[in-house]
Amino acid sequence: MNDRQTGYVTEDGRQIGDVMLDLRDITLRFGGVEAIKNISFDIREGEIRAIIGPNGAGKSSMLNVISGFYVPQDGSVWFHGKKRAPLKPYQVARQGIARTFQNIALFEGMTVLDNIMTGRLNYTKSGMIAQAIWKGKAEREETENREKVERVIDFLEIQAIRKTPVGRLPYGLKKRVELARALAAEPKLLLLDEPMAGMNVEEKEDMSRFILDVNDEFGTTIALIEHDMGVVMDLSDRVVVMDYGKKIGDGTPDEVRNNQAVIDAYLGVAHDE
Amino acid sequence: MLYREAGDYKTSYPADSQTFPIAFDRYRYWVVLAVAFLVIPFFVNDYIVNALLLPFLIYSIAAIGLNILTGYAGQVSLGTGGFMAVGAYACYKLMTAFPDVNILIHVVLAGGVTAAVGTAFGLPSLRIKGFYLAVATLAAQFFLVWLFNKVAWFYNYSASGQISAPERTVLGIAVTGPNTPAWASYLVCLVFVTICALIARNLTRGAMGRQWMAIRDMDIAAEIIGVNPLKAKLTAFAVSSFFVGVSGALFFAVYLGAVEVGEAFGINKSFLVLFMIIIGGLGSIFGAFAGAAFLVTLPVFLKLIGVDLLGWPTDLVAHLQLVVVGLLIMFFLVKEPHGLAHLWRLAKEKLRLWPFPH
Ligand SMILES: Nc1ncnc2c1ncn2[C@@H]1O[C@H](COP(=O)(O)OP(=O)(O)OP(=O)(O)O)[C@@H](O)[C@H]1O
Ligand SMILES: [Mg+2]
Repeated sequence: MNDRQTGYVTEDGRQIGDVMLDLRDITLRFGGVEAIKNISFDIREGEIRAIIGPNGAGKSSMLNVISGFYVPQDGSVWFHGKKRAPLKPYQVARQGIARTFQNIALFEGMTVLDNIMTGRLNYTKSGMIAQAIWKGKAEREETENREKVERVIDFLEIQAIRKTPVGRLPYGLKKRVELARALAAEPKLLLLDEPMAGMNVEEKEDMSRFILDVNDEFGTTIALIEHDMGVVMDLSDRVVVMDYGKKIGDGTPDEVRNNQAVIDAYLGVAHDE
Repeated sequence: MLYREAGDYKTSYPADSQTFPIAFDRYRYWVVLAVAFLVIPFFVNDYIVNALLLPFLIYSIAAIGLNILTGYAGQVSLGTGGFMAVGAYACYKLMTAFPDVNILIHVVLAGGVTAAVGTAFGLPSLRIKGFYLAVATLAAQFFLVWLFNKVAWFYNYSASGQISAPERTVLGIAVTGPNTPAWASYLVCLVFVTICALIARNLTRGAMGRQWMAIRDMDIAAEIIGVNPLKAKLTAFAVSSFFVGVSGALFFAVYLGAVEVGEAFGINKSFLVLFMIIIGGLGSIFGAFAGAAFLVTLPVFLKLIGVDLLGWPTDLVAHLQLVVVGLLIMFFLVKEPHGLAHLWRLAKEKLRLWPFPH
């Protein structure tokens, strides 16, 4: 386990590959606040990697570093074995990394279909003139993208709300549409920031099933922030535990569950500072 | 009972994303085009063309342009008048420098020049948003008007400081200058409106439009799906300015014939076009037409009722018009940001279900 070169085989028999994303000694400060303190961990091809920790631990900040919203003061991000220069979020997206947000970030003025279609923007190569005339490549691309998007819509079972303006949807469905938009981009690495927050049990079960299916059917690597321990234990192959910006645990769900530092953090035992 | 989706099944994705998904709407669109091109030209006179049709068509192009920038891409602009002036002066300089080139080409080129200027003025939009961007575009408005007044090269050193359109012909028929028949100027503008609306519609229903709307609705999320905000905003400025430039060129060359920049393209014009898209509907091509039609006909209508019918003094009616427009703007901003276009859609939704609403 945790072999840097060759990956490993999970309990349920899935082959996990090489390191895809490697975060090395990341430190992120906001003025005086150190949100991330010298954290290193990696994400391997094909795995579901959970990031857990109490409120304010720095989990979302970590995803923001990966997706290019925050530039860490220290440390480096390695993607597919290459050190990544500081990238803008849209450049990160073009490398095949998609994400959802803790607070839903959908385009409220557009329909569900158009929202999901935006996930395909990276695949649009036709120029402005072609699009203005709506012929040839532009039209072909639009149809191809629509086919891909319809597959995602079927997969997430949201056919019925296709033409609904996103603003009118209930919370749980919005979360699902946001996942759909990310999936439409056919990412290699999918970052999910609390995809089940605020959902009822049934919605959580649906969402868990979708996450497992995405990983299973498309081989998508997933990094997931989640507070619900049951969900984390069920879904993830490996777990990173953060507390006050520090990494206090890293390993399989079982290892993490029995880690004393993790137990203390979650039980609110006084910190050693 | 005629207006139905039922039995009008979409069997392919292209069919589903077409401009008018309901067959009835498609027919109506062709009928409108046929009437506009084949019937109206035979019945128009100078008054109808100059008081209603030309301003309606030309403002529609400007409103489409501003709606792309403001309604679709979410970037407020108060520089529409200034950019129309760029189109007008570019057209004038081209007409006088290359008298042998077809005027229609000049109008398109004037749009191109305006697109370049608009893109340059759009650069600050990457850094500033909302109110501050509005102020920056307002500065552009005043700067451009000042520039065209100040630099005599732009008006070819004419004594009056005005620019006036020399006569140019298309297929042997004058389309600019005093000898232009009303139907010819109408047809020229109609051709441009039709093409502009088609282009705008295609751009807004496809990838380009989604990119603009994504930036409008939530720029952070737009970035995360791979939209380069600089590129998205600048293309919106470019496309928008192209349309505004074309409308400015037509406003000068085909409609007014002679122009004094502060009078024709002052800040009032910027507000007028902005009001058109607010009343017509932000983020809707149809809304641009509705808003232009509404604000072009309103003064004519009020004069008809107030002055001609009720005998009120002209200035009273003129003031009344300002009050009416002001109230409408407030109403639409507060109650119905999607404007007449949305009211129209609601009416159609009702009609689609009528007479069994459940
Ligand atoms: N843009 C920012 N500016 C200043 N401080 C920030 C910013 N983003 C995060 N922080 C701070 O960094 C720390 C970590 O925040 P972060 O959102 O990453 O926590 P989290 O683990 O995602 O918590 P939660 O479970 O509540 O979502 C917090 O103290 C937060 O106040
Ligand atoms: Mg968070």
